[in-house]
Amino acid sequence: MASAEQVAKDAERREIRDRWLLSAPALIIIFLAATGPLLIVVVYSFLTPGPYGDVVWKFSTDGWLSVLMQRDIFDDTLAFADAHLSIFWRSAKLSFMTTILTLLFGFPTAYFIATRPARQRDIWLFLITIPFWTNLLIRTFAIQEVIRNEGIANTVLIKLGIISQPIQMMFTDFALMVGMTYVYLPLMVLPLYASMEKIDFRLVEAGYDLYANRFQVLRRVIIPLVKPGIIAGSILVFIPALGAYVTPRVLGGSKNMMLGNLIELQFGQGRNWPLGSALSLSLMAIVMVALLLYVRAVGRRGGAHG
Amino acid sequence: MASRFDIRRQTGFTTIAMICFFALYLPIVTLVVYAFNSGNSIAVWEGVSLRWFYQAWNNDQVVDAAIRSLQIALVAATVATIVATMAALATTRTKPYPGLGFKYAFINQPLMVPEIVTAVALLIFFSRIKIWTGYSGLGYLMAAHTAFCIPFAYLPIRARLESMDLSLETAAADLYATPWKAFRRVTFPLLWPGILAGLMLAFVISLDDVVITEFVKSGGQDTLPTYMLGQFRRFITPEINAISTVFLLISILIVTVFFFISRKKDHE
Repeated sequence: MASAEQVAKDAERREIRDRWLLSAPALIIIFLAATGPLLIVVVYSFLTPGPYGDVVWKFSTDGWLSVLMQRDIFDDTLAFADAHLSIFWRSAKLSFMTTILTLLFGFPTAYFIATRPARQRDIWLFLITIPFWTNLLIRTFAIQEVIRNEGIANTVLIKLGIISQPIQMMFTDFALMVGMTYVYLPLMVLPLYASMEKIDFRLVEAGYDLYANRFQVLRRVIIPLVKPGIIAGSILVFIPALGAYVTPRVLGGSKNMMLGNLIELQFGQGRNWPLGSALSLSLMAIVMVALLLYVRAVGRRGGAHG
Repeated sequence: MASRFDIRRQTGFTTIAMICFFALYLPIVTLVVYAFNSGNSIAVWEGVSLRWFYQAWNNDQVVDAAIRSLQIALVAATVATIVATMAALATTRTKPYPGLGFKYAFINQPLMVPEIVTAVALLIFFSRIKIWTGYSGLGYLMAAHTAFCIPFAYLPIRARLESMDLSLETAAADLYATPWKAFRRVTFPLLWPGILAGLMLAFVISLDDVVITEFVKSGGQDTLPTYMLGQFRRFITPEINAISTVFLLISILIVTVFFFISRKKDHE
């Protein structure tokens, strides 16, 4: 006869099995239509480009090599691929600046919402949530209407007599920066708000009691308290900005490509799927490093307080 | 005036916040206003008219794309919500078991990878399958949308489940309810707001998707967002504003309902 211990063990094993069965459909769908195909990208990055797109099943490391290097067509020597490097650099630079700008604008906004009376708070939060969930493409189009040559920004500046000719903003890096800051701002405000909501203002009061001024309280009390929110918001903005495709396509020109557009090019006119695959994996690697840094930063904090 | 010293105040923060709210809404309001322009321009105002809404309504390409968007979003959101509910039941209210951490990571994986990378991966994978099977229907888009909708549906359902304790289900089991009966009569009615929130999030996410759709779609499978993206290359008329306005209205409606469902939970 089975002992009570045995029965309990069997029941537990059955429960775990049931829980796996219950989650299987979700796991299978994600594997088939999201995670699994990523493995195929790895394979494709080591193949030879076919003449009309797709690949020829012949091993080659040229895809990876061309991410950073360029083979001279005449004497076969290798040189750094300046075009690719400048796009990597632009993507990194613009994403970083977007993160900083959304933080500079988002921090006071989140703080403002968090310090409203409870009833008002929902309304302000709602006003951030709406753009958060509205179509990115529509918001990009909306900001385009503001910064284009005949747009509101130029019209107002001309009417005020500050400028006589419209400033060309579209198709510049400036447009990409403004556009990305605009579309990603809610991604920064919401996590910041989530951690500011929990601030214990007695700590702030203690800071003032100890003769800190407003700036010192902000720097030494508030910012350390909401650090997880700052890190989360920065990650949430930096990662999609780095892989941005829609915003640079609508607001930038062919001279302002970002990584996302460079990748698309390889699968379109470029007809170099292995290079496109290698570029995608490079982008993913950068994102993974950013996420690891995030996990470590949050983990360290948790360790210090726990 | 000797007002009380407000410890919460920070110099300039309110001003910056007001600038942010203004800047967030000014472009959207402009976009909506010009949808009602009677002229051909999205920059020069000529008078109020519904002309562009009428034109968009009679544009077969727009209507087809809109119907396609809705079909995909309905299927993707429904399937994603069902499997996400099952997954949430399997991953909450339990002591840690082997594989639990893996499941969390795997379900949230579509959120971790940049969309363009997933899009490229699906383009490669599905183009192979298209060659092998000869099928090139909407199934690919529905499958892709379902996959990236799952984590969005999963989050509110899981959050709701975690706030419910197991005692009612235990009571049901004590009264000889089968697990299915206990789910249908006890768990489901309590979980319902979470499921509804998940469904709506998934629906909006699917409706809004540009990048993955752009890479996965076959010829003639434009959804509303990819149709609009294609139009930006051409001369833009307020027709795009009119389409955007209707789109915005639908999103805002869904988000409003979602917002109040999920807020209500907090105040209970």
